[in-house]
Amino acid sequence: MTLNQIAFIVLSCLALFGAVGVVFFNTPVRSAMALVVNFFTLGLVYFMLGSELIGITQIMVYAGAIMVLFLFVIMILKSTNDTDKPQLGERRFLFSLLGAGIVFGMIYRYVIMPTMGRTDIQFTRTYGTPQEIGKTLFTQYAWPFEIVSMLLLVGIVGSIMLAKRKF
Amino acid sequence: MVAEFFLRLNAENPLLLGLIRVLFVVIAILSLVPPLIWWERRLLSWMQDRIGPNRSGTITFPDSFPLKGLAGKKVRTFGLIQPLLDGLKLFLKEDITPNSVDRKIYFIAPAIALFPAFALGATLPWGPSTGLYGILTPVADVEIGILYVLAISSLGAYGIVLAGYASNNKYSMMGALRASAQLISYELAMAMSVAAIIMATGSMKLTQVVSAQEEPLWGVVPWAHNWFILTPFGLISAIIFLIAVIAETNRAPFDLPEAENELIAGYHTEYSSMKFAVFFMGEYAAMFIFSGVFATLFLGGYNILPIDWSYLAATTGNGFFKMLAGANYWLAPLVFLGKCFMGITFFIWLRATLPRLRYDQLMDLGWKSMLPIAVANFIVVGLWIICTTLYGAGGGWIAAIAAMILFVILYLNILNTSRKANPATATRSITMVKSPTKTESP
Repeated sequence: MTLNQIAFIVLSCLALFGAVGVVFFNTPVRSAMALVVNFFTLGLVYFMLGSELIGITQIMVYAGAIMVLFLFVIMILKSTNDTDKPQLGERRFLFSLLGAGIVFGMIYRYVIMPTMGRTDIQFTRTYGTPQEIGKTLFTQYAWPFEIVSMLLLVGIVGSIMLAKRKF
Repeated sequence: MVAEFFLRLNAENPLLLGLIRVLFVVIAILSLVPPLIWWERRLLSWMQDRIGPNRSGTITFPDSFPLKGLAGKKVRTFGLIQPLLDGLKLFLKEDITPNSVDRKIYFIAPAIALFPAFALGATLPWGPSTGLYGILTPVADVEIGILYVLAISSLGAYGIVLAGYASNNKYSMMGALRASAQLISYELAMAMSVAAIIMATGSMKLTQVVSAQEEPLWGVVPWAHNWFILTPFGLISAIIFLIAVIAETNRAPFDLPEAENELIAGYHTEYSSMKFAVFFMGEYAAMFIFSGVFATLFLGGYNILPIDWSYLAATTGNGFFKMLAGANYWLAPLVFLGKCFMGITFFIWLRATLPRLRYDQLMDLGWKSMLPIAVANFIVVGLWIICTTLYGAGGGWIAAIAAMILFVILYLNILNTSRKANPATATRSITMVKSPTKTESP
């Protein structure tokens, strides 16, 4: 086993534990922390795939910014650990089976099937560098990028309007 | 000879060399934190007209001491071992864990707080990228050097937030909330100021940032280095970055998360013994590393002065300049440490000078002043780049300075008038003294 494989196994195990922890921890703060672990290790997995910019964006945006806000909200709301769990009743098992089936079906269709039996997957040397991503983002995908930025702007203005002190 | 050894190690066993690179950074931080604490206490007490810790480690040898040179003399260490003794004291103190804390998070929070402080140094080059130092530094010269620094520093909130939450104490909680709000607010201004530098450099690699600062000054003076702090937009970026760094490391005057007259000790109120020491160390390590980041981004990294010695040596043929160029290369780590030290001295100076901000002042400064200025600066850099490619260096500078003046005029005319005299927020003491509110007379 190469060093890369060992690192990948360790990181993906950590990420999986984080993901499972999000669901199974009792207190919201611990669930949030498990999610942080998951995001952080996923970022490291992206590093190993040679896509540093995506990895660091994952860590900076999700682990660094969004989850801090999540924790903030959880701490302010001070929700306790017992009552707030969703109750699905006797159909719970059916629903969870259905959800798991859909997720695994999608993983099989879009990830496993196209890559099955292929060993020749290679990336160019510039793959995933900031320069390359910037070029693609601002030429090929300039239009969706601008639309997303408009959406974010609307979001910001809307949140300011909601949070504004009313005199 | 040393260079050859490391070159061979690089070829044969890159993993071991990687570990050595990590050790250089970690050992430097670990061994320099106690002297920093001593320096802070001594300098602060000097500035406040006190004496500070100066007694520990003073040895008076008896007259009958066998070594004749030492007999009957006093050996002073100026209190240098005081931080070590303090550390020992913290080790031996009783480690109190309150009953109602969330135990696991309470124990893990100091470790989480310490992690970003050490991990930050991974992309900092503390020596030139050629020859021996090129092999030893930085730990990882990744494409995303600056983004890495920003990402890891944003993780610094977790240690504080979790400590505050787990302590199950109102004051700790308030401190944690303040810390995370402060971090999120000032991160924006910090990232915008760094983005200006990234644009001016054209790369996010920190080694590239340093080598971009070794170009001719303003694109026209060949014998000087273009340190970013010497350029107009770089100066503004530097000031904003410095303020944001002070806020990120929770230092005075932004130390609201641990404001002792409001929150006891803030987020580490319930921590004692070694766990408190870990928080303390994390703060100083972060200060140290952030000073290094500042030096790398704005002060030309490991270069001693913004002067191109090898250019001077080549044009004048003077051997003295050649020697200085060599010294600049070999003394690079010491110069870098010196710049970190200067940064920390500045931190301490600020602590001695400025009173703590009030919370709404802190938020106003971050959102209403620093962020707009950083964004305006970002636009100026963009203009400068466009005009430099179109009209050459001179045109670029004219455009940049004209844009700056325009922004200042805009700021004074539009933004400043909209914030005048809001009675709900005009509670600064100086305003109250100048225009006291009318009390109702009988």
